[in-house]
Amino acid sequence: MNKNYQHVIEGISAEIAIDNIDTDQIIPTEYLKSIKKYGFGDFLFDGWRYKDEGNIQKDTSQREQNEDFILNIDPYKKSKILVVGKNFGCGSSREHAVWALRDFGIECIIAESFGDIFYNNCFKNGILPIQISQDKKNHVSEHIKENKNLRVDLTNQSIQLESSEIQFEIEESLKERIILGQDDIDITLGYANQIKQFESNRFVSKPWLK
Amino acid sequence: MNKTLYDKLWDDHEVINFDNDESLIYIDRHFLHEVTSPQAFEGLKQKSLKPWRIKSNVATPDHNVPTVRGNKFDTASIEDEISKIQVIELEKNCSEFDIHFHDINSNKQGIVHVIGPENGYTLPGMSIVCGDSHTSTHGAFATLAMGIGTSEVEHVLATQCLRIKKLRNLGIKLIGLPDPSITSKDVILYIIRTLGTDIGNGHAIEFFGDYIKSISMEARMTICNMSIEAGAKVGLIAYDSVTEKYLEERMSISNKDLQNALDYWETLKSDDGASYDDLIEIDISNLKPQISWGTSPEMTTDFDSSVPIIDSADPKNVTYKKAIDYMGLQEGQPISSLSFDKVFIGSCTNSRIEDLRLVAGIVDGKKLSPNIKEALVVPGSGMVKLQAQSEGLDKIFENAGFQWRDPGCSMCLGMNPDRLSPEERCASTSNRNFEGRQGTRGRTHLVSPLLAAKIAIHGSVPN
Ligand code: SF4
Repeated sequence: MNKNYQHVIEGISAEIAIDNIDTDQIIPTEYLKSIKKYGFGDFLFDGWRYKDEGNIQKDTSQREQNEDFILNIDPYKKSKILVVGKNFGCGSSREHAVWALRDFGIECIIAESFGDIFYNNCFKNGILPIQISQDKKNHVSEHIKENKNLRVDLTNQSIQLESSEIQFEIEESLKERIILGQDDIDITLGYANQIKQFESNRFVSKPWLK
Repeated sequence: MNKTLYDKLWDDHEVINFDNDESLIYIDRHFLHEVTSPQAFEGLKQKSLKPWRIKSNVATPDHNVPTVRGNKFDTASIEDEISKIQVIELEKNCSEFDIHFHDINSNKQGIVHVIGPENGYTLPGMSIVCGDSHTSTHGAFATLAMGIGTSEVEHVLATQCLRIKKLRNLGIKLIGLPDPSITSKDVILYIIRTLGTDIGNGHAIEFFGDYIKSISMEARMTICNMSIEAGAKVGLIAYDSVTEKYLEERMSISNKDLQNALDYWETLKSDDGASYDDLIEIDISNLKPQISWGTSPEMTTDFDSSVPIIDSADPKNVTYKKAIDYMGLQEGQPISSLSFDKVFIGSCTNSRIEDLRLVAGIVDGKKLSPNIKEALVVPGSGMVKLQAQSEGLDKIFENAGFQWRDPGCSMCLGMNPDRLSPEERCASTSNRNFEGRQGTRGRTHLVSPLLAAKIAIHGSVPN
């Protein structure tokens, strides 16, 4: 890919040091009733952020906040980067979890590992999920305790700490999609003829699938 | 080369292999429900696209539907305005695009993962997707089945393909045969307890061993269903005579094609000597009934043991402590001392006829324990409901004090009127015990239908 594309995410970083944070925690089922793709930011981590029970029609500014929860505390209210444990986003396929993170303002998630479907969903919505080893993640945690800010350079695949850099792996195709913001459907429809050919062969060899 | 079942399914659906290790995979069957599809249809319309192959799609509402519906129910009768909008939206989209739709009153309405197999929409060798992570259920029929997000739902509608990377092969071989009173739910809970909820990340899990061969399709579906709780998008079981028997009366394949289909299906098993990226053996010969104590399916233990005592040096201690607090438990507390408020029998894990027969066998002629405030039996589909009624199971449940409901996801997740109140403790045959899953601050213990039935009668876990 053209090296001239710059993609840097820089900003406040919050850590939630818990493993297996599931999609029900990221956004409770109650909020899945919306038929819209936007407007989920206020409900991100709802059960941890508010003390009272919410619903989609309730005005979140009227609700009782949990003052101890990191995303309710300044300056973390404006976090761009989230640092978490292993298996983040496990559970359901709901893309609402990614929409809630995106709408809150999160652009990058650093974890030891991710739920597979969640990981995929991130790329469809311009959120960068970074998977690094526990050791490396501990370095990041140490750094943000002091600095609060983090700089992630996707082009060079590095997380920049004070005096060092942490390299991370990411597949070229996925990296490209974040940087170029390409639309998957347009790309795939470019192969419409191959799909049609495959389909007609399939129905000849396995006509019961028609 | 000797291929695994997953390799075979993958190769058979690969339209293009891009040189960046992604592939374009052709999709044979697409299930839709009301929660993850509206934004996908919206996207389709914005781009002025139509579904690529309308006949591949089957839709039904399940997550939002109330389970007390009576005879004269229609979508307009859904009380929760927002739930109603989602169900109406699905109806509108299916009618606009002419998609095969089972409405709320149809006998074929139900949880997508229950209606797929029982109506022959799920056939061996297919690739199957749905905007729902428990699509892994269909892997019990040797299909390439996986859950997808809403953007991918739109992508499949528009292109009949998914652009994905091949998963690694994980084989789980079950050694030994447990006591006949042990259900497949106990087996899968034990697997997750032993291997953790992230063992399957990036993998397709194939389950095999004598135990798998010995169990019914319903039991196999329960195992593949919870592959996702083990972190795997795809769970697989090879085709065999049990699969064939199950499909016999359910599929509609012309006589002309049938022999070809059967011949092809026979090949849907891993070759001898096929190599797995990881292969794990688990001995289940002495398995006991399982019950989850915490807020992740891996936080599971034997029915006759105790809540763990936390070792502060264990890296998991923060996560464990939080779970014990949330669940209102004490470290070291015996499981038998827990008192339950509700019992839920249902969900795509355990709402098939076999599950209901198991429950009826336990509760027949007995009464709910006085501390059980509510016990629901929610069949997975209209067909399961009719079958159960024809066997008189509904009467057995009602005589024991259970409520016999209409099909849907029900109390598996807090999206419809069936919910836990804060701090209520529930024995549930569903698949997720996450915080708030069954209602804000509700406490879920995952169990088999058999143990759920016993808890309903005793009010606690009997020894
Ligand atoms: S029953 Fe539960 S797990 Fe299954 S599809 Fe419905 S909500 Fe999802």
